[in-house]
Amino acid sequence: MKTAVIKYNSGNVQSVLYALERLGVDAELTDDPEKILSADKVIFPGQGEASSAMRYLKARKLDQLIKEIKQPFLGVCLGLQLLCEHSEENDTECLGIFPVKVKKFIPENTQEFKVPHVGWNELENLSDNPILKDLPANPFVYYVHSYFAELSEMTIAQTHYIHDFSAMLHLDNYYAIQAHPEKSGEVGEKLLSNFLSI
Amino acid sequence: MLTKRIIPCLDIKDGRTVKGVNFVELRDAGDPVELAKIYSDEGADELVFLDITATVDKRKTLAELVTKVAKAINIPFTVGGGISTVEDVKVLLNAGADKISINSSAVKNPGVIDEMAAEFGSQCIVVAIDTRDVDGRDYVHTHGGRKPTLLQTQAWAQEVCDRGAGEILLTSMDHDGTKAGFSNELLAEISSALSIPVIASGGAGSMAHFRDVFTFGKADAALAASIFHFKEIGIPDLKSYLGNEGISVRK
Repeated sequence: MKTAVIKYNSGNVQSVLYALERLGVDAELTDDPEKILSADKVIFPGQGEASSAMRYLKARKLDQLIKEIKQPFLGVCLGLQLLCEHSEENDTECLGIFPVKVKKFIPENTQEFKVPHVGWNELENLSDNPILKDLPANPFVYYVHSYFAELSEMTIAQTHYIHDFSAMLHLDNYYAIQAHPEKSGEVGEKLLSNFLSI
Repeated sequence: MLTKRIIPCLDIKDGRTVKGVNFVELRDAGDPVELAKIYSDEGADELVFLDITATVDKRKTLAELVTKVAKAINIPFTVGGGISTVEDVKVLLNAGADKISINSSAVKNPGVIDEMAAEFGSQCIVVAIDTRDVDGRDYVHTHGGRKPTLLQTQAWAQEVCDRGAGEILLTSMDHDGTKAGFSNELLAEISSALSIPVIASGGAGSMAHFRDVFTFGKADAALAASIFHFKEIGIPDLKSYLGNEGISVRK
């Protein structure tokens, strides 16, 4: 099995590669369309800012490529947000795979709710979905983000911080997670290995 | 619910842990990777590696260590000690660190916080502040807490937040090593005033101290070294205690 990790101007890609290495997965970091389209699984990691990421993807036509992918595809963190329709981060039109809007956390009470949302929080209301197979009830995952995707029909797990938001989304071959599975201990490894077995 | 984080801190010199550790299961008591793995397996929420290597040429050893740690553990970790430039940060993040922490260099050149946050994002920039009480007022100290500055701690904390720090690691030098509890009053004041998370450090001696720093001290995370290294408090025990005390922790 070949796993392609999409190479673009995103931080923290190395952690995703190390996590895949721990799972014994043959993964390649690449922006070569042929390699991406011929991989069995595609992972779209992310950390950074939405508008500059979209500009980079468009300049290399990776935006079109991502829309054409038929294999199981996993967006992580900023990767989830970029798969949505629009982000409030610098008013950015995103890829539109999920017809969902990405909004900024605006706490009413800054003493109680710090932004970014940093740390371990629970996945709740898990759907019956192969990527969520054999997880403990309300598993903890590691978050670092200031923007969130709204709840939608495609939400397969949600988390509460200030609001309930889409912790994970799924539509056809596209999966996405807002947390960092590569940094979420055993739960994160299970999510990644579940995705790789789809 | 977002949980409170428990963070063991490992002091590193020339790629080895320096403070004595009392882990019978360690094959090599000085191997930071092995210790990191144990803490991660025990349920630590994050780790901090503080490099106290004095010489520049040994910095390469640190980057190599960071890569080994990143390959071995599946929780986030921060690397600090002697970081002063954007280039230093780039090397460590590329090696696999999730966050870096800066301290004296930020005091010397506050603009470096803005530069680092702009280049890498606030989420990976932790500013460590060492504070000490001087005649009833709190002042920032540098160089391991030895050198006083004219910066008032509360004002400096606000400034680093405004400049784009993602988190603050606040160490009370008056409490550090005392095992008499964290500096809860100052922590609460700073945590309440800021919109970013505050990691408390200095003074942990009992499980109740952790409860207090999360309730009275309003800290988002608590860091400790020797009480974990000497197994005075085990992380699983600490987490079940905190859970029973009504504090939300990851199990």
